[in-house]
Amino acid sequence: MERIVINRHVSLQWLRTGSLLLATAGLSACVTINIYFPAAAAEKAANKVIDEIWQTPAGQPPSSTSPAVPPANPVMPSATPVTPSVNLEPAP
Amino acid sequence: MMPLKSFRTSLLSLQLFLCHGAHILKQGLLGISLSLLFAVSAQAAADLDVNTPAVAAVKASMQNRHLQLLPHYQSGAVGLTAEGFVAVKDAGLVPLSQRSALAALVKEENMDRVELYHGIAAANGHPEWEGEIQRTFALRWIDKAQSGWFVQRDGQWTRK
Repeated sequence: MERIVINRHVSLQWLRTGSLLLATAGLSACVTINIYFPAAAAEKAANKVIDEIWQTPAGQPPSSTSPAVPPANPVMPSATPVTPSVNLEPAP
Repeated sequence: MMPLKSFRTSLLSLQLFLCHGAHILKQGLLGISLSLLFAVSAQAAADLDVNTPAVAAVKASMQNRHLQLLPHYQSGAVGLTAEGFVAVKDAGLVPLSQRSALAALVKEENMDRVELYHGIAAANGHPEWEGEIQRTFALRWIDKAQSGWFVQRDGQWTRK
């Protein structure tokens, strides 16, 4: 009878080890998820970079009336006047 | 006597099992909460770095070139492709003498764009993201293009 108890004890220890391994596997799986491509962050980064390159004020929808700046002063980054004028276009 | 003894033994093993069961449950809960913590902290840090010296240099170069490209976007000589690049759409809109200069401008812009996508992927420690970053940019360039510019949609040039 004692042997049965001992056997069960041993098997429970295995179960414990197994559950620990499972928890570790679950943890690593959760870390793995973050290696997937962060689409929302990439979109945010793209918006920021494009606004900087095209020098469009951030968050403003593309306007139909382009400023048509001549390439007279390419050294100055603020060649296009960024005046906070009233946006005539309805916000989407 | 025998059945009583066996009953006691089974009771003992049941107790042992219950004790271990609680322990296993506790460990499992700890594991789950730990992984949740990990996931949440990783989510909070999920912002792409676009400010490395290499990326900043490419951005400055593209910013300067944009002033030269802008009239060609507006005339329709150059359009934005579905792959996140620029292409000469209608060379006939440019005087013959300027066509080679325009081709060079487009080529330089595309080289910078490759560098930009590559640089952002590398800056974030995931060079394999380059393709995804390029696709994201392709959509954003087209979406942010001003009206009157030509963009490629479903393999066709359309005017915004």
